[in-house]
Amino acid sequence: MAITTTKSAFWKGFRDSAPFIFMASPFGFLFGVLAAEAGLIVPEAFAFSLAVFAGAAQFTALQLMQENAPLIIILISALAVNLRMAMYSASLTPYLGDAPMWQRALAAYFVVDQSYALSIVQFETEPEMPLAQRVAYFFGTNGIVAPAWVIATALGALVGTRIPESWGVDFVLPLAFLAMIGPMLRTPAHIAACFVAVAASLPAAALPYNLG
Amino acid sequence: MSSIPAPILWTVIIGLALGSYALRFAFIGFMGGRAIPEWLMRHLRYTAVAIIPALVAPLVVWPAPAGGEPSLIHFAAAAATFAAGYLTRNVLFALGTGGLSLLLLYLAA
Repeated sequence: MAITTTKSAFWKGFRDSAPFIFMASPFGFLFGVLAAEAGLIVPEAFAFSLAVFAGAAQFTALQLMQENAPLIIILISALAVNLRMAMYSASLTPYLGDAPMWQRALAAYFVVDQSYALSIVQFETEPEMPLAQRVAYFFGTNGIVAPAWVIATALGALVGTRIPESWGVDFVLPLAFLAMIGPMLRTPAHIAACFVAVAASLPAAALPYNLG
Repeated sequence: MSSIPAPILWTVIIGLALGSYALRFAFIGFMGGRAIPEWLMRHLRYTAVAIIPALVAPLVVWPAPAGGEPSLIHFAAAAATFAAGYLTRNVLFALGTGGLSLLLLYLAA
């Protein structure tokens, strides 16, 4: 069914993104718990999620900070994990690039896996969709997932300070990474990139800072 | 676990916030309606699947809870998580599988 107004485009994005709450909330919560375990207080974990707004990069930075890696290594590694955001930005450009600058500047903050995936499918399925409705749809996909992510982080950090270290949560972070990798391996080329990285990282782990 | 010094933490938060925003803004902000060359897209596409496995592999082979010694329990739980994620394409299901198998293996051991 074609979308008729800008408002309905926003709400369609909102509805389409609803199932992602069930992923963003537990993951945000987990980030909060692990951040608390690493010694972050609630406002710090909250600011982290609000400012960076990228799950995989946040988990990467958290892990490397706990390993006392040098600052520059932490920043480069986490930003490399986020390079795919530049790809999303590039891929959305033909559809959103003609919007006013303030809308593009705001949209850039909200470029994440789920808003990209939903929007690109929507834009390709309905190429005749007007620009204003595309922008509205894109913001709609973040209408509930973005607040859910940030709030869940704060709640996780609140709870995390009460979890005793004896529960062995320190292996949950590697498990979280592994859970994220599986769905990312969409093509044989992705799988090849993954296994080359693993093969290179194990000998390199004997060196300082996992420069894999 | 050691606490992270505040100056390091805030430098990372601010640095990542600015850097991530720059990555997100780069094309949508400056390219207008033009298309991006395929070779560039290809490079950007594979970075996450190269960095995250490189980060996680040593954590699995030499797990911290086992004092950095290779541990069959942790390796098995990690393998179950990865397999579930790859087969179901569902991050949460994968994490649930891994967490549950880690718990069961602990209880059985």
